[in-house]
Amino acid sequence: MSCFQCPDCGYVYNEAKGDAHEGYPPGMKFADLPEEFVCPDCAVRYKEDFVSLETSK
Amino acid sequence: MKVYKFESSDKGQITYRDKKRYLWLASMVYPLVAVSGIGLYMATGSEWSFLAPLVFIYGVSTLFDAIFGVDENNPPEELVPQLEEDRYYRWLTYFTVPIHYAVLFALAIFVGTQSVSLLSVLALAITGGIYSGLGLVTAHELGHKKSRLERNLAKIVQAVPAYGHFCLEHNRGHHRDVATPEDPATSRMGESIYQFVRREIPGAFKRGWKLENDRLERTGKNVWSFDNEILQSYAITAVVQLALIASFGWIMVLFLAVHNFWAWWQLTSANYIEHYGLLRKKEASGRYERCQPYHSWNANHVFSNILLFHLERHSDHHAHPVRRYQCLRDFPDLPSLPTGYFGMFVAAYIPPLWYRIMDKRLMALPHVAGDLDNVNVQPGKLEALLARYPKQTEVSDTLFHQAEAVAA
Repeated sequence: MSCFQCPDCGYVYNEAKGDAHEGYPPGMKFADLPEEFVCPDCAVRYKEDFVSLETSK
Repeated sequence: MKVYKFESSDKGQITYRDKKRYLWLASMVYPLVAVSGIGLYMATGSEWSFLAPLVFIYGVSTLFDAIFGVDENNPPEELVPQLEEDRYYRWLTYFTVPIHYAVLFALAIFVGTQSVSLLSVLALAITGGIYSGLGLVTAHELGHKKSRLERNLAKIVQAVPAYGHFCLEHNRGHHRDVATPEDPATSRMGESIYQFVRREIPGAFKRGWKLENDRLERTGKNVWSFDNEILQSYAITAVVQLALIASFGWIMVLFLAVHNFWAWWQLTSANYIEHYGLLRKKEASGRYERCQPYHSWNANHVFSNILLFHLERHSDHHAHPVRRYQCLRDFPDLPSLPTGYFGMFVAAYIPPLWYRIMDKRLMALPHVAGDLDNVNVQPGKLEALLARYPKQTEVSDTLFHQAEAVAA
């Protein structure tokens, strides 16, 4: 499971946890998020702007 | 006064002292000016006193913007994280929330218990609306933050003017779509504020509800559940405003209707002037280019900024929407308004004056370069604007033909 970070505001999407508030369940892959996904905190970075942080085993 | 320090490997020690640290108290207490009219009325007995807060917001603040001029303080980027963490600044925003409620209650109790003319009731309702519009500035500052406390406070304060969809719509809608024709909260060149308001208020309402509906659908919840964050804020409004109507009778219906609308109109006014005519280009991917500093109008005037939690440093806000007010920076060569927001609101209310001030500023921006292709133009106004601002190629063609005619 990987984490992906918004390069502007630092929001982290953790695939293991998902994002309950946004309706993304635990285990949901970043790649499976909708294409129109924008950062839930700042809304000014698109999905393709996010950077992969690390891979945990 | 607190000094922030940072050891930079290439620049050595960087220090910064926030000269506005205590001036930010002004943003917190400013809404109290709304009740100054009542105080003056009690002292003088004249109902003209109720106009005092209106004179202050439009007249005095614009005059002080001219007197005190622009703000040269800029926190170094390296020290922004330290300023962000200084909790003093966020306490000021927290304390502003009850002040907005106190102002609404003071005005409502006065209207509900004193016998004054209908015109005075209207003046007090408009005053209340203008200063509850500032409640949306407070909600804006709080609602952009990540903590649950601040987001809940935003919901509470945006309930004062019954605008519960504001933060959600603004953060997820306006910031995503800003400076595009699709954004109902971005005004177009040639669009008067009276045309804009008919697009902005319903457009923002629909977008806010769609965003919340989509989110709740993903979570498997009903849009009419109490998890709906818009409904949470509307519920606070309903309790507060119905209690006022129950306490003071039908006069409150008139007072609150005018108060709420006027607060929305304040937001409309701010939206109108913040991105007038500015346009992000569409890229080959079909997405719009990222919002750039030249996609917002700024006013770097110190006086009105300390009343508005730095809202007028708008380019940096759009570049970093979660950045706290004390950290917002000014940059050279940004699109700039000639005075602070309140003075510009008055100009916006007189469309010929607005166009006269702003159209030439817009066309002179370096990225616009006099070309209407780089401008967000109101449909139906293009031809008239092209007559005034012809394409550069057409200008050169005309000059070429004129030169040919002279040579012949």
